Amino acid sequence: MIEIFNSSIGKKLIMSISGLFLMAFLLVHLGVNLMLLVGDGEAFNRAAHFMGTNPAIKIMEPLLAFGFIFHIIYGTYITLKNRQTRPVGYAKWSSNGVTSWSSRNMYILGGTVFIFLIIHIANFFWKMKFGEMPTITYNGEVMDDAYSLVAGLFTQYWWYDLLYVAGAILLGLHLSHGFWSAFQTVGWNGTQWIKRLEIAAYIYAILIAVGFSIIPLYFLIFK
Amino acid sequence: MNITLKIWRQKNAKSKGRFETYKLNNVATDMSFLEMLDYLNETLITQGQEPVAFEHDCREGICGSCGIYINGRPHGNERRTTTCELRMTQFEDGCTITVEPWRAAAFPVIKDLVVDRSAFDKIIAAGGYISTNAGAAQDANAIPVSKHNADLAFDTASCIGCGACVAACKNASAMLFVAAKIAHLAQFPQGRIEAAERAKKMIAKMDELGFGGCTNTRACEAECPKGISISTIAKLNREFISAKIKD
Repeated sequence: MIEIFNSSIGKKLIMSISGLFLMAFLLVHLGVNLMLLVGDGEAFNRAAHFMGTNPAIKIMEPLLAFGFIFHIIYGTYITLKNRQTRPVGYAKWSSNGVTSWSSRNMYILGGTVFIFLIIHIANFFWKMKFGEMPTITYNGEVMDDAYSLVAGLFTQYWWYDLLYVAGAILLGLHLSHGFWSAFQTVGWNGTQWIKRLEIAAYIYAILIAVGFSIIPLYFLIFK
Repeated sequence: MNITLKIWRQKNAKSKGRFETYKLNNVATDMSFLEMLDYLNETLITQGQEPVAFEHDCREGICGSCGIYINGRPHGNERRTTTCELRMTQFEDGCTITVEPWRAAAFPVIKDLVVDRSAFDKIIAAGGYISTNAGAAQDANAIPVSKHNADLAFDTASCIGCGACVAACKNASAMLFVAAKIAHLAQFPQGRIEAAERAKKMIAKMDELGFGGCTNTRACEAECPKGISISTIAKLNREFISAKIKD
């Protein structure tokens, strides 16, 4: 069975499964982050505290890291391998009106999302995990004040707001193909489902892009 | 109409090719693209020049041999046609048409616009058949096949192996071709028996011959002259993954 990963379909299956896993994570991540828009930060701080202390999340954290690593390494490997299949390119290329720009440029989109991911980890995750965090007390319970870290970044530097909006849009474009493609690769795509999954992909991609964009925009405009 | 042709010329598989430009006058608009190339070749022969090599056979869209990359698309700009079905009415008077061979490591150029597509034959030879003697044509009701399966088999059996899917794919993947063959044979009771084994052998051969992997851009489906759907590839993925899991 393990031989499957030697085949082109098997390698794509790794991209698909890791992608589906990362897409599920993004929904949870968005759900927690949207708490930033509620009240004075207590909701977000409590949510972040729950995520940081929950044993189930502790188990998921390294799995998530593996998900990212597999997705990035295999994406690079597959792209490099696929580029060898056409040593002499075409002199002229015309659109067929069907293939999307995102589907043809998944590696470029993935690469820019990866750069954004490094900045994002340095901005928040690294500081929350390994840095000196201010604390706040709610009803006698002491926890990290993650809200002030996020609000501080987004209210002090307007260009960080724009960077995060750009990151969310690029991620949305990546997902507009990735979501649908992941189901196609695992074989879940009949003639009936192809349209439904495409529509679901666009809904999911817009949800993620808009959802993550409104957070920095909220701080930029209202705070 | 008068046209300018920018055509890839390559003496043989080993030589380095280049584009040559030809001005062609008095092209009749009711010519097919291949008739236009015939006309060009007659002109070149008259002038004592080497004619352009291109592959053709049936000239009615069913043999799959006339694959040419025209103005940036396999078989030209019209959907669901082969090059032989493409008419010169598609082009404007005074236009320049770029004519290239299929480009893929697995389809090396033999001469000018002719490529070696025997890699497809090798994939078929690896498992794209039914091993047992299925006999002569059966009586219509001897082996029941549902209408749904018969329709699916026919849709995929319409693949003519022209290679437009490979030519169009950014990864030069042969997945639509392989999927069509696998989905076609797996719809029938005689072909179902070897379906898992067939998927494994044909994919192994496809990978070995240097075709790329599928990244689901749907370029193959858009350029397939027979309109074979990318959902056929999902069927292949299902067949292949379940076969490997059972190993």
